[in-house]
Amino acid sequence: MSTAPTASGHRTPDRRAPRSTASLRHRLAERGVDSSLWLMVPALVFALALFVYPFSYGIGLTFQPSLAAQERWGGGVLANYVAFFRDPFVFDSVWITMRLALPAALFNVIASIPVALVLRRRFRGKRLMTSVLVLPITLGTVLTAQGLLIFAGRQGWLNRFLMAAGLVDEPLQLVNNYVGVMLSLIITGFPFAFLLVSSYLSGIDPSLESAARTLGAGWWQRFRRITMPLLAPGLATTFILTFVLAFSVFPSARLVGDAMGSTRVMSLMAFRAFGEQNDYPMASTIALMMGVVELAVVALVLAWRALLYKGSTGGKG
Amino acid sequence: MALDDDVDRGTVATTEGSGSGGRAPRPRPARAPGERSLAASPSTWFVWAGMAAFLVLLLGILVAVVVDSFGRGWFRTWLPPEWTTDWYSGAWDRFDLTHVVGVTVGVAVTVVVLSVLIGVPAAYLLARRSFPGKRLVNVLFLLPILMPPITFGIPLATVMYAFGLGRSVIAVILVNLVPSVPFVILTMTPFIEQINPAIESAARMCGAGIRQVFTRVLAPLLVPGILAAAILVLVRTVGMFELTFLVSGPQSDTLVVAIYRAMTSAGGGEARQLISAMAVIYTTTMLAMLVVALRFVNPTQLVAQVKDARDD
Amino acid sequence: MAITAGTFESLELRGVGRTFGGHEALVGLDLTVRAGEFIALLGPSGCGKSTALNCLAGLLPLTHGQILLDGTRVDTVPSEKRGFGMVFQSYALFPHLSVEKNVAFGLQMRGLGKQEIRRRVDEAIDLVKLGEHARKLPGQLSGGQQQRVAIARAVVLEPSLVLMDEPLSNLDAKLRLDMRTEIRRLHQSLGLTTIYVTHDQEEALSLADRLVVLREGRVQQVGTPDELYDHPRNWHVADFMGYRNILPGVVVAPQGAGDRVQVSVGSLALSGRQVDPAGSTARDVRVAVRPDDLVVLAPGEEPRDGNVLRGTVLVVEYHGREFAVVVQAPDGTLLHVRTPVAPQVGAELALTAPAERILVFPADLTERSAEPDRAEAVAA
Repeated sequence: MSTAPTASGHRTPDRRAPRSTASLRHRLAERGVDSSLWLMVPALVFALALFVYPFSYGIGLTFQPSLAAQERWGGGVLANYVAFFRDPFVFDSVWITMRLALPAALFNVIASIPVALVLRRRFRGKRLMTSVLVLPITLGTVLTAQGLLIFAGRQGWLNRFLMAAGLVDEPLQLVNNYVGVMLSLIITGFPFAFLLVSSYLSGIDPSLESAARTLGAGWWQRFRRITMPLLAPGLATTFILTFVLAFSVFPSARLVGDAMGSTRVMSLMAFRAFGEQNDYPMASTIALMMGVVELAVVALVLAWRALLYKGSTGGKG
Repeated sequence: MALDDDVDRGTVATTEGSGSGGRAPRPRPARAPGERSLAASPSTWFVWAGMAAFLVLLLGILVAVVVDSFGRGWFRTWLPPEWTTDWYSGAWDRFDLTHVVGVTVGVAVTVVVLSVLIGVPAAYLLARRSFPGKRLVNVLFLLPILMPPITFGIPLATVMYAFGLGRSVIAVILVNLVPSVPFVILTMTPFIEQINPAIESAARMCGAGIRQVFTRVLAPLLVPGILAAAILVLVRTVGMFELTFLVSGPQSDTLVVAIYRAMTSAGGGEARQLISAMAVIYTTTMLAMLVVALRFVNPTQLVAQVKDARDD
Repeated sequence: MAITAGTFESLELRGVGRTFGGHEALVGLDLTVRAGEFIALLGPSGCGKSTALNCLAGLLPLTHGQILLDGTRVDTVPSEKRGFGMVFQSYALFPHLSVEKNVAFGLQMRGLGKQEIRRRVDEAIDLVKLGEHARKLPGQLSGGQQQRVAIARAVVLEPSLVLMDEPLSNLDAKLRLDMRTEIRRLHQSLGLTTIYVTHDQEEALSLADRLVVLREGRVQQVGTPDELYDHPRNWHVADFMGYRNILPGVVVAPQGAGDRVQVSVGSLALSGRQVDPAGSTARDVRVAVRPDDLVVLAPGEEPRDGNVLRGTVLVVEYHGREFAVVVQAPDGTLLHVRTPVAPQVGAELALTAPAERILVFPADLTERSAEPDRAEAVAA
């Protein structure tokens, strides 16, 4: 084959050759629009029908307060919001929820770090250990509640043991209060946080720490200067996800908490309005405010995360 | 705390625990490569103690429920005086568990199948393409996961009741799809990203249309990821309380909701042991599913997928 | 029946361009490819060569221009219907299919009969000498073997055009040479029309009938290997063709008749050959000299055309039969030279080169054109 190459192969036609129908196609192509975008349609239809529409409908509902609410709280179409902020029984639930969710999420994330570091090393039975730590995911909140009631109740093994060992004189009150809900949040939230933190940790190239070691960094310096900065964005994400879990605590607040007192969380309030009082506009209002409060915390954490280094961690991540 | 190099082996146990002060390496007996003493240092001990406390609480809870479900007349003693399996048959009849378990499994499987069918193509586009409004779409799929379920659950349930779907199995399936589809998208997107896009290009250059690319090339490669996502969705759906509770009724309660209703039913609630028996049934189901799941996926790799060396 | 090439008369690219959100990855590419030709698209990373290839393949929609095959537009045809074959840098073998199934994939997509597929697959696998590995999975093969599978998978379809996207860049040096020969052999024996993308000028020069040099999305020069090697059109092409010494200079005066000019480069005064006299009004120039055109002057030897470059030896690298030497002129300019004998580091050297081999190009108007930082986008 091998034709004798000549310069004639390169020609320069008129650049303004008729573009005809291709013009629109060209413009769409540049923006990344073509027929394969159909793949997105089912998911979009789903999101619009089951998320966007109901959610906007719910927001609309909040501005249609019941007559009772309007009479009691005033404020016209904003009566539900007035009620939310003025009624201490409802509004206090914001702080009650925060007092549970923030410490629980913080504890879960912080406690996960050393555990994940320890379990990162190789040792016999590591897989078993990991599996056991993940076990509570199968328990679910309801069984955890039932178990706490039995195990940590006044007659439960825990108090029985503490008394038999002479550590306490009378049974500790561990359920039907703040402590019970906190325990339940840790039991269900910690495994989740641990899973995420160890996966972020495994994404950090171990040779980075070896490199730091050759440069003379000690244990704490390596952790503080290398591991922590690379892990921090992952920790922020983990915090957000565990906080979201803890923030919407509902069954355990009712089952092992003090539903009308120290664990009167927002979701309980929302459900009370929805299921017991059938006041859908007020229920939507509380639900919406719940989302606002939670997303505010999430946004704060995300803003902090945006300041961190988020590039490659050199590992397999 | 890398564990690869040999220098490491003897000294790390000391340096690790004693903080910044204790960097002087002390000679230690050699150990098999890669294995490290677990009796390392005070701070490591502290971690182990914390883990032990957690495990005691965890096992205490689990064993207490199991013992309770098999015991008779267990009140002020360490162990129940008598053992029985009556609570299981009792709970099964009392709460019509055949129906409840049927609904639970049916709902979970339907949700898994639908969310994979809807989510995977969307995840594919998000992983591979840029198009106008992509950020918006991303946010749209992230919100249901970030928001408390109650926040969108209550308006959604209101709409369901308005459409006459309240208390139906269909409503239960639909509400559970709301967090599940985004969850599939979120887990599958990084999984798809780690597949070399040239492989799809190669398939197209071989004459495969977009459907054939999906069925013949992508699907086999995505199986592990889809499996992982599916199992997680299954576990989440079976465990999902808030959303199901908002729309379900006696004929469409899943197991968690049935247990909750039994625990909170008016008039002092059901016998504790009946509930324990139900809870054990629930956990056994979950555990079986998770054991299957762990055979397929390493839990610590759900987020950080191992990337193949990509050359572009 | 043996594997042959699909045939066509001509493939024409007219003003083909691709922009990504305002960034011009490829601008106005005009090229006519004749059947059986081997064309290399050459340029540094980010120059638009892979974009051009992906546009041809149909993996990336065009934003400007047309592609015509025998006068019919093909740029609107989806890639799976164009009937082109493609070999990827990363091999892109289907990891879940054995070698033979990888090769058979395209034939199955065309709905050929089992017998026919069997026969052609065997033939293609024999062609790339992988008979004994036919049932292995790609992961069990070495890089070179994987690339052979990729080539077999592309040619088994008897494509009218084979597109190769840096197929050798993932291989180690020795294997790269072997595969280069292999690709040339296949091209000659099958008569495949090939478009080959590479950033390695040696690879392009040795394989291609014609080269297209691209930079920042624009064609710099199209020509045969010897045209480009000896007559680069601008200093960017020269840079890419192994003119390692590219020095900024100023034209002092035209010298005699023709294209000879006197230039000063720092403290050096040289006479060279002006390229592109149309732009000779430019005073700012780039002077390009190949390392192998610089010769060490023996004591008492006459310099060529009066060109003398003096400096101190800074670095000496052993390159087999010769030495690559870096010489620093008194004004700090670094010169790359090849010498048969290793000089002492720190020694003073005098170099010379014929004016014929000292090329003087006009400098760019925008002298500080930054290197494109953006990697070429991968086709969806």
